[in-house]
Amino acid sequence: MSVRTGAGIALSLLTAFAFTPAGAEQPKQGGTLTYVIPADAPPSLDAHRETTYATIHTAAPYYSVLIRVPPDNPASTTEFVCDLCTEMPKPTDDGKTWTFKIRDNVKFHDGSKLTAKDVALSWQYIVKPPKGVVSARQSFYEMVDSVNATDDSTVVFKLKYATAAFLPALADPYAWIYKKEILEKDPHWYEKNIMGSGPFKLVKIEVGQSITGERNKDYYLKGRPYLDGIVGIFAEKQSVRTDALKADRASIEFRGLPPSARDQLTKELGDKIWVQDSDWNCGNILTPNHQKKPFDDVRVRKALALAIDQWKGAPALSKIANVRTVGGIVFPGSPLAATKEELQTMPGYWPDIEKSRAEAKKLLKEAGAEGLKFELLNRNVDQPYKFVGTWVIGEWKKIGLNVEQKVVPTGPWFSNMRAGTFDVAMEANCQSVVNPVLDTGKYLPHRVFPDNYGYYDDPKSVELYEAMQKETDPAKLRVAMRAYEKHTLDTEVHEIVLPYWYRIVMGRSYVKGWKISPSHYLNQDLANIWLDK
Amino acid sequence: MHRYIVTRLLLAIPTLAGAAALVFILMRLIPGDVCVIRLGSGGAHVDQGALALCREQLGLDQSMVVQFLLFLKNYAMFDFGISMWSGNPVWQEILIRLPVSLEVAILATVIAVLLAIPLGTLSALRENSKLDHVVRVVAIAGIATPSFWLGIMSLILVLNVSSMITGTPWLPPIDYVPLWQDPIRNLSIVLLPAITVGYRYSAVTMRLTRSAMLEVMREDYIRTARAKGLLEQIVVNRHALKNALLPVVTLIGIEFAFLIGGLVITEQVFNLNGIGRLLVQAVQNQDNVLAQALVMLIVLVFVVVNLVVDVLYAWLDPRIRYS
Repeated sequence: MSVRTGAGIALSLLTAFAFTPAGAEQPKQGGTLTYVIPADAPPSLDAHRETTYATIHTAAPYYSVLIRVPPDNPASTTEFVCDLCTEMPKPTDDGKTWTFKIRDNVKFHDGSKLTAKDVALSWQYIVKPPKGVVSARQSFYEMVDSVNATDDSTVVFKLKYATAAFLPALADPYAWIYKKEILEKDPHWYEKNIMGSGPFKLVKIEVGQSITGERNKDYYLKGRPYLDGIVGIFAEKQSVRTDALKADRASIEFRGLPPSARDQLTKELGDKIWVQDSDWNCGNILTPNHQKKPFDDVRVRKALALAIDQWKGAPALSKIANVRTVGGIVFPGSPLAATKEELQTMPGYWPDIEKSRAEAKKLLKEAGAEGLKFELLNRNVDQPYKFVGTWVIGEWKKIGLNVEQKVVPTGPWFSNMRAGTFDVAMEANCQSVVNPVLDTGKYLPHRVFPDNYGYYDDPKSVELYEAMQKETDPAKLRVAMRAYEKHTLDTEVHEIVLPYWYRIVMGRSYVKGWKISPSHYLNQDLANIWLDK
Repeated sequence: MHRYIVTRLLLAIPTLAGAAALVFILMRLIPGDVCVIRLGSGGAHVDQGALALCREQLGLDQSMVVQFLLFLKNYAMFDFGISMWSGNPVWQEILIRLPVSLEVAILATVIAVLLAIPLGTLSALRENSKLDHVVRVVAIAGIATPSFWLGIMSLILVLNVSSMITGTPWLPPIDYVPLWQDPIRNLSIVLLPAITVGYRYSAVTMRLTRSAMLEVMREDYIRTARAKGLLEQIVVNRHALKNALLPVVTLIGIEFAFLIGGLVITEQVFNLNGIGRLLVQAVQNQDNVLAQALVMLIVLVFVVVNLVVDVLYAWLDPRIRYS
């Protein structure tokens, strides 16, 4: 993570600010934060059933969660802190039982007391939803056997097996705690209504326009939130958001802007704006359709990877697109991620691109696929899909491949991948909390993980993954991850991982207390933000 | 006249039914569905159980024929359905957005008419004069300039000019407030989009007014009126302009109807939560129910506006009688 500003003098000051613990500068109480939400409106207000950041950016400030990434250090990929619990527990029963004590000073916005029963039922609906209730991340919690409230202040999670994936999965930013009484009465109530225990209370929501909240005076973290109120304005178009920041109609945009917007705003506003950037736990992946010839041939897939100069391409692309860091199947900030040296042993990461491309041409010749013509299926989203797609096609051209980019809207993009009607697809793997074990499930065969569109069957891959899934020792887990990664990206080249996305968040200089994380889903309750004006 | 209006309204029913069938089929020709977009567009994992349940809840697991029959039955009962995306009743989604689109459309029409008719008339009356050349250049520029581009440029201009004058860039608010709640704030929001749309609208109308006037001014009855010694003002206003306005009124009507649902990009540029933006969202999200209802609304607006235009013809030209 780093912080930059447009003005030289401000640079050092703001860098200091970004790396200063939140408590170092005395926060000021009061004021209303206006922020832009880069969406037209969320489909519903129920985070348990939605997958879009629009729901998070709209309603997260009104809810609490059990645990979360630390708001003061959201860039950490391994640290989790309590929100509703009193302290992070140590697991018992060989890592299969986790007992959380719940704060006794938490009130819902209707004045009623939040107890462990509310927490347990919310989690039961996420892990095993009743009939007719959608839980978008239910499959994240296959390791959970049961969730129960043993009394008003204790929630116990019992797992089927111990796994390193559990704690990060528990810190899911969508796992809002709802009121038991309401959920039992109408499990769909939260789709259209907001009533939580978060730092802000809902004042009004105007569909497609804005959402307004006021300070929750009964919030359990004393002194928080600092703000008197928040207003989120929906603005799907990027030019509207940058203009709003420029004219101070909005103070911050939390999802991320492209490098061009950063350059323009820092040039025009100088020290009136700050920039925080981070690697993003999202990335594009190239998926060759193994059901189609010649992509069933590992030599062809390997050639596709070998042609791409990631080390040179990533820094160049980062000037115009939201991509920056070369990585393997694990987010580069995680201790489980491959080092540069480890990556450089695999195809597509070799340090000598000439040697790499020569090998690619040789493999294509051996496979009888010289001058191969095919289509790259891409999503009609500029940043960074189309930028990355155009770059990749240019790289492939250098080994004599003739590739046409087929750009389609989101619906047909999914539909083509699900039907297997494509040659090579530009996919994305975008996650919230860095949870390497769960995040890399994407590379399992389609029969095990239906969101894998490579359409290959590979028992070895499943075996390697399962070994990793049940490993809790960090050192052994890292070794297992390397084996799984090598098998996926080198031995079989099932997928080609492209540079990770690059998150750039900009805010007016008076907005303080917020820190960037590797995901636009995280750290969005806004309790720590204060206005220095 | 009443009978004519009733007949025209009844004839609108097959038009609406045809449009409904067409949009029903077209929306379903797009691969994918709203559930996949809703659960998967974040780029993360799509839970298969959640996907199946979502489809079941929205009736997407039923056959196309069943869906179509259900759609016809509901429309016959004036039940326009529930948005597949938001879960809100469609009429509610439309009612939230309609005032914004209507306000911009009305304001743009007023601006267009106030500019186009006087300037188009003057341009015709002073054919080939300097004024005529200026008006023609302004009109051609208006036709050639896309409204959304003009919108973006006008915003940049406002930002830069305000920054030069006050040292701080200024922009109209980006969150819409109804006219009755805060008229000044409301006008500061809608005036710029109305001007940018109204300019293009006026340019088209100006050209038509000019050419219609030129044609009428060469008619025998104008010559007769002048020979009778009528004042030029009376010749122009009472005899020429009223007749020249017939095609202009048609154009104004069609343009107004278009503005209700056609301000797609302008609404995005100015962050206006209108019908055009909603329609694009509905198509992007593959919210078939909402898209169908919006197309029906737009068709209805065209039908009603055309009817109003036809009725206006009779007022403008007493020779036209409907029965």
